[in-house]
Amino acid sequence: MSETPESRPARRTPLLVLVWLWVGLPFAYGLYELIRKVVQLFGG
Amino acid sequence: MARGFLDRSHSIAPANWSRWLVPPAALSVHLAIGQVYAWSVFKPPLEEALGLSGTESALPFQLGIVMLGLSAAFGGTLVERNGPRWAMFVSMTCFCSGFLVSALGVAASQYWLVVLGYGVIGGIGLGIGYISPVSTLIKWFPDRPGMATGIAIMGFGGGALIASPWSSQMLESFGETTGGIATAFLVHGLVYLVFMSMGVLLVRVPADGWKPAGWKPGNGGTGKMITTAHVSARNAIRTPQFWLLWVILCFNVTAGIGILEKASPMITEFFRETSTPVGAASAAGFVGLLSLTNMLGRFVWSSTSDIVGRKNIYRLYLGVGAVLYLVIALTTNTSKLVFVLCAMVILSFYGGGFATVPAYLKDLFGTYQVGAIHGRLLTAWSAAGVLGPLIVNAIADSQEAAGKQGPALYSTSLFIMMGLLIVGFIANELVRPVDPKFHEPSAEQAVASEKEAR
Repeated sequence: MSETPESRPARRTPLLVLVWLWVGLPFAYGLYELIRKVVQLFGG
Repeated sequence: MARGFLDRSHSIAPANWSRWLVPPAALSVHLAIGQVYAWSVFKPPLEEALGLSGTESALPFQLGIVMLGLSAAFGGTLVERNGPRWAMFVSMTCFCSGFLVSALGVAASQYWLVVLGYGVIGGIGLGIGYISPVSTLIKWFPDRPGMATGIAIMGFGGGALIASPWSSQMLESFGETTGGIATAFLVHGLVYLVFMSMGVLLVRVPADGWKPAGWKPGNGGTGKMITTAHVSARNAIRTPQFWLLWVILCFNVTAGIGILEKASPMITEFFRETSTPVGAASAAGFVGLLSLTNMLGRFVWSSTSDIVGRKNIYRLYLGVGAVLYLVIALTTNTSKLVFVLCAMVILSFYGGGFATVPAYLKDLFGTYQVGAIHGRLLTAWSAAGVLGPLIVNAIADSQEAAGKQGPALYSTSLFIMMGLLIVGFIANELVRPVDPKFHEPSAEQAVASEKEAR
């Protein structure tokens, strides 16, 4: 079964946004904390 | 939760499912279990509250990593048989129960419960969780397997970035007493339970024969190194290709850990006698930069391997990595910028090596039991985890005892790491397609041999 026009994924945009935010927000928090530390230490 | 819900047969995606829903499911597990690399946050409070030594407080982490390797190696076949939803559920249950048992242990001042909970029970969750999404992602993204596994394995690196400040803030709020640490463990267990449950609910396997629109097997762009055949995990470990990849992964990781483990004292010692010495605060910033490039390398290099091919990207990791070690060894403390840039690129190759290996396995052995084969290959990580720090620490100690200081403490280690990368490079050159005698019989062949037997 391949992706034919009939079986093309339905619009699941709200679910896609929700689940990417679910993992993206904590990840962004971790990245922000790390960059803040690096900038503080090297940039003053 | 009914057993049926966890079965592979109940997680087959409907025809209109989007494959872009699968990476967040994988990330919800990897971002959680990556917490293990932030264990050091709990070490000083535990030592203070329970009167432990540094070696004792490191036990849950060390045991956790050992259990990760063992459960990935021995649980891989079960993961393949039962599917990703079952594996993610087992991982979530073990990892979160580990925190809850540890909370009980600290509250009752019974440290052995922390070792059992976080190290043994939680460690099983680490191993099963690490391999749980690999083969599913590869099946959903046969056109971009390096990118897909790169996203998940980058999540494992990102897990510590989240947990480190989060756990610190929690300990600050609850206090560093037994009650405060126990509460922090309890909250970790409960929050990770909710966070990981999204992956359990969301993950889907593609239906048999599904492939992306317009994609044909063998469209990977790197020719004969990509097989369309399948090799079982049992047969894979009988092939020279598996052991060559074992050597490649082990030595690439050893070389990276060699810098990562001693990053802070190494940069301090290198520039101690120069006009621009590195203080403790800047050294911590250097460690942060290495974490960042380690994580980014997992996604960037692994995705690049989809374009240039797996063999070529390992040529880069191992060949250029060896040259960069040589540059550090030769330039010593003449330029801080050169030192920092070389170390950053080496660490990005270290991360890239981890993230690209599932796609390399898929190219050589097919998708049939790639998760189980990956699990067995992770024993190379366990070996490198011992080898890397052992080499760097033993040599630095002996050089110090001989009265040396500055870059001289590390120059021998740098040349050894370079040698290991060269051996890895040669091993990569020896990788050829797997002999067809190890392939699983195709459906047509099986029918034909059955007829012949009659």
